[in-house]
Amino acid sequence: MESVNLLIGTLTIFVLAMFVGAEIINKVPPTLHTPLMSGSNAISGITIVGSLISAGSKITLLTTILGLLAIIFAMINVVGGFMVTHRMLEMFQRKA
Amino acid sequence: MKVVLINLAYLSASILFIYGLKGLAHPRTAVRANQMGALGMLLAIVATLFDKNILSFEIILLGLVIGSAIGVFLALKVKMTEMPQMVALLNGFGGAASTLVGGAALIEALKMNTLGTGIAQTQFTVSTAASGLIGAVTFWGSLVAYAKLQELVKDKDIPRFAGQQIFNAVLFGLVLILSAWLVAVPSATLAYWLIVLVASVLGVSLVINIGGADMPVVIALLNSYSGLAACATGFVLNNYSLVITGSLVGASGIILSDIMCKAMNRSLINVLFGVWVPAESGPSGEQVYAGRIKSSSAEEIAMLLDGASRVIIVPGYGMAVAQAQHAVRDLVQLLETKGANVEFAIHPVAGRMPGHMNVLLAEANIPYEKVKEMDEINPSFAQTDVAIVIGANDVVNPVAQTDPKSPIAGMPVLDVISAKSVVVIKRSLSPGFAGIPNPLFAADNTVMFFADAKKGVLELVSALKEA
Repeated sequence: MESVNLLIGTLTIFVLAMFVGAEIINKVPPTLHTPLMSGSNAISGITIVGSLISAGSKITLLTTILGLLAIIFAMINVVGGFMVTHRMLEMFQRKA
Repeated sequence: MKVVLINLAYLSASILFIYGLKGLAHPRTAVRANQMGALGMLLAIVATLFDKNILSFEIILLGLVIGSAIGVFLALKVKMTEMPQMVALLNGFGGAASTLVGGAALIEALKMNTLGTGIAQTQFTVSTAASGLIGAVTFWGSLVAYAKLQELVKDKDIPRFAGQQIFNAVLFGLVLILSAWLVAVPSATLAYWLIVLVASVLGVSLVINIGGADMPVVIALLNSYSGLAACATGFVLNNYSLVITGSLVGASGIILSDIMCKAMNRSLINVLFGVWVPAESGPSGEQVYAGRIKSSSAEEIAMLLDGASRVIIVPGYGMAVAQAQHAVRDLVQLLETKGANVEFAIHPVAGRMPGHMNVLLAEANIPYEKVKEMDEINPSFAQTDVAIVIGANDVVNPVAQTDPKSPIAGMPVLDVISAKSVVVIKRSLSPGFAGIPNPLFAADNTVMFFADAKKGVLELVSALKEA
């Protein structure tokens, strides 16, 4: 029973977060849609959380390698995403 | 206690991400918002390093350094015109990370006997299969999108075969069967890797036949998938911050895809699976254009512009390809010193990704207040002296509103033809993605200026200086 409740709890968060996302995103003006994509891209690199644990817990050689590769991919996503978004947003700001 | 603190850090990170997206509602607050998002990510990463399962940090450090270095390199090197490719690539990497984490989590759970039983086990295996599927489709689909946008592969070189849809459906069915295998026998790690393999083929096959002008939809959708993949991984690891963040990104991509589809008056299904058949009925280019095209020179157009009090510029993909945005800025400044009011009209699907034109104009220092959306600016074309179309075609084709049989029928277009005079800067009369002639080019109030976008605009600037 406990695991059912855990699942329902996670599903609840999933559904509510979708609604929050829809509300926020609908307020982003079309002029910022490209930075929105690169910025949301950067935060989807949150998968790094899982990859850090896999790479650091060294359970098997394979999981360590998978974890390492995942960190690299996720980190490109995070660092590249935030930086390129910053570059774009600065261009919008300097004329404000 | 430590676990509580880590989870509170994840909660704070999620809040920062939400504020990070919320701040994008206005260019003024957007830079700070993005920094808040980055801070949230830093917080999540640092908190995770305190996880009790992490025994050593060398591998982690190695990964962080390599990933950051590549990320910095890509972010600094990319040109603004190449932003669609960049976003496609980053989407793909997010998907790849989810797939790898899903696989690692499965092996770890088997080894450590933490798979659980009953519902917990089913949740684990179903969401692991979903991570594998969505992540691999995102990765390979994005790589194909990247290759197409970077023009490493050309649309015309791609083989088309009958039954592509059936092929995709079979692949998807295969993934479902393999997933059922994994759910029934969680120790079958082979099933997971086969899911990844088949999903990889599916990712390539889904995107490879989608044409250039439909790329905005595809990129937005892949953006959504990269979020959903993170979400699925969140269900694997029972990590709320992954679920929340993945959902935010998933919702963002879905909304953007929907906006793009509406702007083309097509359904998502039609964009993804529709086979684009060039119009066979309808008038040919010869019928529409013969004897009606007025080709003009920079000097004549400069005279037209010299007396204009209101000018609207309509940029399209041609401006991006020619890197003409800085030349366009010079033209705008010149027109303004001559007393004209200049604004930009942006169609939602102009360029190769949502907001593509806006970023290029921002790069050229054109204030965003001058850059208007289609619905806002369309009524004012009738009071406009000159509309200058730079490298756009289908999005200014009046046929969309007048011919119900046209392949772009019902697509909202910029009402350029209502302007007193129209100048079209275009290399040739070749059709746009829709493959149909554009009566705007033959209209009485239109003059054509056959030139590359950048060269054409620069010639206009020097002619206008002498006028």
